[in-house]
Amino acid sequence: MSTTYQESPSRVLMKGNEAFAESAIRGGCRYYFGYPITPQNEIPEYMSRELPKNGGHFIQAESEISAINMAYGAGAAGGRVFISSSSPGIALMQEGMSFACCAEVPMVILTVCRCGPGIGGIQPGQADYFQATRGGGNGDYKIPVFAPSSIQEGSDLVFEAMELADKWRNPIIIFTDGLLGQMMEPVTLPEHIDVASSKDIRKSKAWALTGYGADDSSRNTITSLRLQPEVLEKHVHHLFDKYTEIEKTLTRAETIGIEDCDVVLVAYGIVARITKEAIEMLARDGIKAGLIRPISLWPFPHSVFDKISNKAKAVISTELSMGQMIEDVRLAVANRLPVRLLSRTGGMIPTSLEIAERTKKILATM
Amino acid sequence: MLKPIFEYTKGMLRVETNFCPGCTHGISHRLITETLDEMGKLGEAIGCGPIGCAVMAHKFMNVDMCECAHGRAPAVASGVKRVHPDNLVFTYQGDGDLASIGTAEIIHAAARGECFSTFFVNNAIYGMTGGQMAPTTLPGQRSTTSQTGRDTGKSGFPIRVCELLSTLDGAVYVERVALNSPAGVAKAKKAVRRAFDVQEKKLGFSFVEFVSACPTNWGLSPVAAVDFIKEKMLPYYPPGVFKSPQ
Amino acid sequence: MARFLVRIDENACKGCELCRNFCPKKLITVSAHINDKGYSPAEISREEECIGCMSCALMCPDGAISIYEEVSE
Repeated sequence: MSTTYQESPSRVLMKGNEAFAESAIRGGCRYYFGYPITPQNEIPEYMSRELPKNGGHFIQAESEISAINMAYGAGAAGGRVFISSSSPGIALMQEGMSFACCAEVPMVILTVCRCGPGIGGIQPGQADYFQATRGGGNGDYKIPVFAPSSIQEGSDLVFEAMELADKWRNPIIIFTDGLLGQMMEPVTLPEHIDVASSKDIRKSKAWALTGYGADDSSRNTITSLRLQPEVLEKHVHHLFDKYTEIEKTLTRAETIGIEDCDVVLVAYGIVARITKEAIEMLARDGIKAGLIRPISLWPFPHSVFDKISNKAKAVISTELSMGQMIEDVRLAVANRLPVRLLSRTGGMIPTSLEIAERTKKILATM
Repeated sequence: MLKPIFEYTKGMLRVETNFCPGCTHGISHRLITETLDEMGKLGEAIGCGPIGCAVMAHKFMNVDMCECAHGRAPAVASGVKRVHPDNLVFTYQGDGDLASIGTAEIIHAAARGECFSTFFVNNAIYGMTGGQMAPTTLPGQRSTTSQTGRDTGKSGFPIRVCELLSTLDGAVYVERVALNSPAGVAKAKKAVRRAFDVQEKKLGFSFVEFVSACPTNWGLSPVAAVDFIKEKMLPYYPPGVFKSPQ
Repeated sequence: MARFLVRIDENACKGCELCRNFCPKKLITVSAHINDKGYSPAEISREEECIGCMSCALMCPDGAISIYEEVSE
């Protein structure tokens, strides 16, 4: 109905990838660097068209390696940066993520997950859970990872992440998949925030590379190398003090009925939506199934698992991967309950019926 | 009364560099910051450093500066320049960084006509890691990974970066200079100035290659090393202006 | 005839001898003692013969050399 549109002009029907890109711009992104890879191509296309209209800059990089290093440069210079890629492209960006964490350069990275290993396939997947939460870059570092399960939530998280990256001086990953990226849903877009001009960057980011002007006592350097072990250890401890604070404030999950249930399904992203329908199907068959939907994959919401009913017979990690999140689920459950895997991979997506039936089969073995 | 005719530029911080005796990195560092100082632009410059012997350039050059992952300085500088289009942005890179691991980044930055300046130190060897063969190691030149001399049948041929970049329309100023004599150093300084002038006018990508010495890894005294530049390096890497805006 | 003063910061010197090599008047020598870094630093001799060409300073990688000209008030 057109009335909804008139009441809220920011409510639009949009493809996931485009909504995420638009929300990044509204969250202050003025710099985007990207390389084409399916299924996220709408994002560089959208940014190439829309960023210049908002006073921003788009570069089509020669590779994902260059894209993340352009992001590092723009971020180090105090700009608000958003980049995106998909699985093999994110693999190429891993060195850059480690570097940015060590140098404390903010950026938001959207990963639209497809299937692997290798080139794999271009259908939706979640087999990059480890890639996002553990990372393939070297050294001790952490990146907060948020996994939306709707375009609205993804849009809100991208918008918020633009601020969080600056606040924590750390990359933030929004982990989504080819399904969420490619589908369309109504979404209410956030309002545009004001963005500091290049000349004013030092007022809000005293650490940024802007040129020090007349006073070289305010000279800034952004570095990753620390050759003295005692200096590097101190720096890594500083980073981990920050990560501890992040764990306290950014751990997020949605739960449904876990205090009184026969089984708990753990699912994130698009799978959580299918799982919700499976839970309704199971309820019709008299099985009480609860849901834990981690929204932050790191920090993983371990403590919500403590609320699981004692009468639950199993916790089932439901993933589009061969058992990656299940490792965090096992840590969170800490041997209180049996943990089982319900998995599809290679781009195959379970129906709600399949999840319900396989849950019943698992329960039958308990 | 004493009138200074040469004093160390305030563009260089008064700290000891990590460079070996006779290493010409000290000269190329100085030429860049001295030029910025003379232009009154030290406070408006932003440098992007390499991985290699010059990884700590930010400790010596009195400008805002960042370290970059190996070979990625041109990508980093492209990002910096988008945020600060009116600042003087430069990369400082060695031959392993620029002509091996970072080949894609330098070529595409030049192809895009990025308005920053790249200063390329070509000493035909990997310095920091201990003298391995570089993409610019000369045919027959010994290194720790070409111990009987670079065999072009097996390891291919050195890359002439200035000639390569000159084919790109986005690269508008490309010059190779040699740091093997006072006259060469004076010429190199003019090239640095030219590169920054081209950048200030936003004409496109500017590039200066310093043919440099690595006495330690060449196994030569500093004095013999500058002779090596003249006798061995320059025939393969001829100095000159390869491209210049009208 | 202009008179030049060559000041060598001996503790900045790494003893590479590029200055000695390029001085057209051969006025730079190597000191018999070693500096704080452990190098034999460059020294200026027969300073009155210096022509102020700056070759030594241009080639010094370590910023150890400054040159001044004596001018009358």
